[in-house]
Amino acid sequence: MVENRPGVLSRIVGLFSGRGFNIESLCVAETADADISRITLVTCGDMGVIEQIKKQLNKLINVIKVVDFTDTPFVQRDLALIKVRAKPEHRAEILRITDIFRGRVVDVGSEFYTLEVTGDLDKIDAILGLLKPMGVKEIARTGTIALPREKRK
Amino acid sequence: MDTIFGYPGAAVIDIYDALVKTDFKHILVRHEQGAVHAADGYARASGKVGVCLVTSGPGATNTVSGIAAAHADSIPLVLFTGQVPTGLIGNDAFQEVDIVGITRPCTKHNYLITKIEDLAGTIREAFHIARSGRPGPVLVDLPKDMMSSKADFKPAKSVKLKSYQPNYKPNVRQLGKVVELIKKAKKPLILAGGGVILSKAAGELKKFAEAIESPVTTTLMGLGAFPTDTSKWLGMIGMHGTYRANMASANCDLMIAIGVRFDDRVTGKIDAFAPKAKIVHIDIDPTSIRKNIPVAIPVVGDCGETLKILNELVGAQVKGIFNGSRGAWFDQIEEWKSTKKLDYRQEDVIKPQYVVETLHRLTKGKAIITTEVGQNQMWAAQYYHFDRPNCFITSGGLGCMGFGLPAAIGAQIACPDSLVVDIAGDGSIQMNIQELATAVQYGLPVKVVILNNGYLGMVRQWQELFYDRCYAGTCMDHAPDFLKLADAYGAVGLRATHPEEVEPVLHEGLSTRRTVIMEFKVEKEENVYPMVPAGAPITEMLLV
Repeated sequence: MVENRPGVLSRIVGLFSGRGFNIESLCVAETADADISRITLVTCGDMGVIEQIKKQLNKLINVIKVVDFTDTPFVQRDLALIKVRAKPEHRAEILRITDIFRGRVVDVGSEFYTLEVTGDLDKIDAILGLLKPMGVKEIARTGTIALPREKRK
Repeated sequence: MDTIFGYPGAAVIDIYDALVKTDFKHILVRHEQGAVHAADGYARASGKVGVCLVTSGPGATNTVSGIAAAHADSIPLVLFTGQVPTGLIGNDAFQEVDIVGITRPCTKHNYLITKIEDLAGTIREAFHIARSGRPGPVLVDLPKDMMSSKADFKPAKSVKLKSYQPNYKPNVRQLGKVVELIKKAKKPLILAGGGVILSKAAGELKKFAEAIESPVTTTLMGLGAFPTDTSKWLGMIGMHGTYRANMASANCDLMIAIGVRFDDRVTGKIDAFAPKAKIVHIDIDPTSIRKNIPVAIPVVGDCGETLKILNELVGAQVKGIFNGSRGAWFDQIEEWKSTKKLDYRQEDVIKPQYVVETLHRLTKGKAIITTEVGQNQMWAAQYYHFDRPNCFITSGGLGCMGFGLPAAIGAQIACPDSLVVDIAGDGSIQMNIQELATAVQYGLPVKVVILNNGYLGMVRQWQELFYDRCYAGTCMDHAPDFLKLADAYGAVGLRATHPEEVEPVLHEGLSTRRTVIMEFKVEKEENVYPMVPAGAPITEMLLV
């Protein structure tokens, strides 16, 4: 959670590049409070690196709170828009796959269908694997967003 | 604050126009880098926040090395930079640079003012952030139209930032564990750093070392945090540390590190650092802990507050329990000291170490010493025995050549009655030598000791030892005549070329109440020893 101000994202991204940490994906948007933004960032590293990343982030003046989801139950979603070549002989298969993955067709052209799929990283990777043989023209992915699960009684 | 180091330009004319109508003392430097180093020297000597004011574009970019130097050494500064009017930002206007973007990684925090209503609150925040927690430089970028507009001044409220609350109070349970380790330790060692000086904790450190009967070493930045006239004092640790300090670090069974960040120049090869010790690390900045060195007990807190609580705990639990049981440890240290002490060969040319030793003797150790960077800095650290805080002012972390003269100017302004001496080399003094004009203009009796060996000596030393004596680019064949240069600037110039001239020149220079340059033609290929090759364990020292 960060203060929603100009330059805050740049501080965070600069910290990662300046200290040689890796960013696998990054997602930023306002929260219910317009003064606060939530940044969801996926990174990798051993325990020491992750501890250092968390401390360095906390040290930034505009960072309000850092939560590491690694060892807590959480829900995560990625949204992908996939533009796939829709040859007549593949159209039924594409719709079937989309249905199985609970996706939707959001745009239909003469040669391409654009699909919307949400899910965790594995699910998106799985549908991409199935669609690729038919010819994927473009993909846009949001990167992961996540929230911790509420404790069950 | 009452002093501003600055240099005007188009974007800050409005501020200067207002400034002359106030009581602020403005020191006009000759280069913006000089302004930042001077503010830095002022801050280190006084313990207050140093303040700079420069213009946009090149004025701002010229401050970057100075800011990075202050950032590396955690020095509280507030820098005001001019900026083009808000309507022109992003248009590549004349003298426009994105200084907030440029300085993001080398400031503690920075701001661009876009609403005049935010100005007062932001300046208050800037000072609060600069001097609290682990101190550091904070930059405030001021677009020209903001400086010519008006707003109602709202009286100060205390600054409270929800996302910035440094943790001063240590976890007492952690300290309980520290005390248990102290009780068990047979060979303790305290490693103190710049954090002890920044948190004004030298008094508590002394008490602590006495209570737990532990020897003390410091980093370069920690010099002055512990008195030098006791057998507990080991000298500096690290690449150019003393034999006994480095050996003690390799053999101690408990290391209590206070206000340090385990720089590579301190640790040498990480895996071989303090291999037998449990390490306790006390620092106000959590990122310093476990960044470079694994530690047994981390303690996040202010060095002063933490030592105070430790002293209370120790006073109650530890008093007298050692009863001289640490004798063997101190005997071992004494043996290291007597076999391999700091030394150099006295010959019929001037040895730079001799100049520093003589300076120490003549000033009775009471001068504030600033340094440039390189061999001069290490000889100053080794041979001028700093026995109190805030008297050794050096660019430790960044190693920024050109630091010493402007820093001396700042220190002299902070401490007008003190003797301030810049120990310099012939290389780095030339990086900000224009500041002689500043010193003379304000009548500052700053003394500059140039150890002139005609080389960029530290790099030459590396080339001699590790690059087959290939002195690529390190020979300063042509230097100015420093006496004539001093004269041209309106300062006093003195020179010594033989050992017997060293003391008379120093004596005359130190007793002159003017800006003085003293040039010492020293042994050209003298090396700094001990020296640990980069990346080697710190016990593998090259000795004289």
